[in-house]
Amino acid sequence: MSYKMNIQKLNLFYGDKQALFEINLDLPTCQTTALIGPSGCGKSSLLRCLNRMNDVVPSAHIQGHVLLDGKDIYAPSIDVVELRTHVGMVFQKPNPFPRSIYENVAYGPRIHRLFKSKIELDEIVEKNLMRAGLFQEVKDRLTHPATRLSGGQQQRLCIARAIAVNPEVILMDEPCSALDPIATAKVEELIDELRAKFTIVIVTHNLQQAARVSQQTAFFHSGHLVEAGETGALFTTPRDERTQGYITGRYG
Amino acid sequence: MNEHIVKAYDEDLKTLHDLIRHMGELTIKQVSKTIQSIVDRNDILANEVIDHDYEIDLLEIKVDALAIRILALRQPVALDLRMVVAALKISNQVERIADYACNIAKRALLLNTTPPSSLVEGLSVLVKNPKKMIEKVLTAFTTNDVKLALQVWQMDQEVDKLYNTYLRQLFDEMIADPKNVIPCTHLLFVAKNIERIGDQSTNIAEAVYTMVTGKPFKESEPFKHVDEV
Repeated sequence: MSYKMNIQKLNLFYGDKQALFEINLDLPTCQTTALIGPSGCGKSSLLRCLNRMNDVVPSAHIQGHVLLDGKDIYAPSIDVVELRTHVGMVFQKPNPFPRSIYENVAYGPRIHRLFKSKIELDEIVEKNLMRAGLFQEVKDRLTHPATRLSGGQQQRLCIARAIAVNPEVILMDEPCSALDPIATAKVEELIDELRAKFTIVIVTHNLQQAARVSQQTAFFHSGHLVEAGETGALFTTPRDERTQGYITGRYG
Repeated sequence: MNEHIVKAYDEDLKTLHDLIRHMGELTIKQVSKTIQSIVDRNDILANEVIDHDYEIDLLEIKVDALAIRILALRQPVALDLRMVVAALKISNQVERIADYACNIAKRALLLNTTPPSSLVEGLSVLVKNPKKMIEKVLTAFTTNDVKLALQVWQMDQEVDKLYNTYLRQLFDEMIADPKNVIPCTHLLFVAKNIERIGDQSTNIAEAVYTMVTGKPFKESEPFKHVDEV
């Protein structure tokens, strides 16, 4: 088993308030890891540590390490903008740029100069819209505003935008909570397909979704990692009573 | 274990338990009645057992329907999921035990037309443990008591011993006088059905073990994982 990212003794503070306590978790390469737990348990905070989104919060500071391919992303030499081309993020509410469908996907490759010609850029846009399962639906209106797409289409566009810069890891913070069941199923299918090339970490409140899409599940409570393991085993024979209490709906 | 936050979920699981318990109670009554119908040479009693077998069949159908409904609507996981799966297996096994009681009753109608055999009394002894096993193992299921389930599993050894002793008595009786062959053959089938009731109860015990520990039951290591619970 190889691991794309390793979280080692991670403690996160917002000012004096500690949000995460001694988190140790390895994220297997080209697998989906689901982070579950009650509201306020720290799962979204942990997700934001994985591409240093917490840097924008003035009071946030960490102790410990987050390794990407063995290198600590919190080392002083790390360029955060460069880091975020390797570790992309998709948010709960679809947030396409107020531009065309084409420009949304082209934006990342443009600012990082990932192409040499217009033809190459066209190919990048088409390839990533296809990877996101959206190309057939939008190929005849690439110049149309992205905001005219449905919620599910917008979310898949955001995924296409995230993967257009060829990240290695995709972070997803409740990517389906604003979507209807059909759109959710399409995104879940997409997550399964993307796993062939990307390592995925997903925060979700939907336990059945975590069970469906992930190979590893980590359960958090009050900033602590209670239990992590193979998803099938965690949902059939959890080791910790607190995990059993939460996933069976006995947890108050 | 705490109750579910959604009370209706607990009510569904309790109903499942109650249905299995009710199946067990009816089945034990059927088993008692069917042996009594042989001992007393009572055809009316035997026919009652045959006529009432459908009640247990109906309960099995109800358990299946409720278990499927719980799976679809509650998406149970962990212990809850294992309990629902165990309930599906156990209701099937209890229904089979009831079928054995019914088969014995049909055998009783034939036996009661043959001359009485002194070995008939032995059936009351043979059936004591299997009846206790059914009662104990269903209690183990409804109370998540893996140690009680293992006690039941071990009781089957005694059932098998008594069955083998009874077999030898039947053979001796048949050898002693050819006139005994027909009634003794009927008694042999009855004894075999009683022995199978013991076997079904051990199957239920194994299902309870897996339900509680989350691990498959191994005959070579029956007490493995018990202390982890």
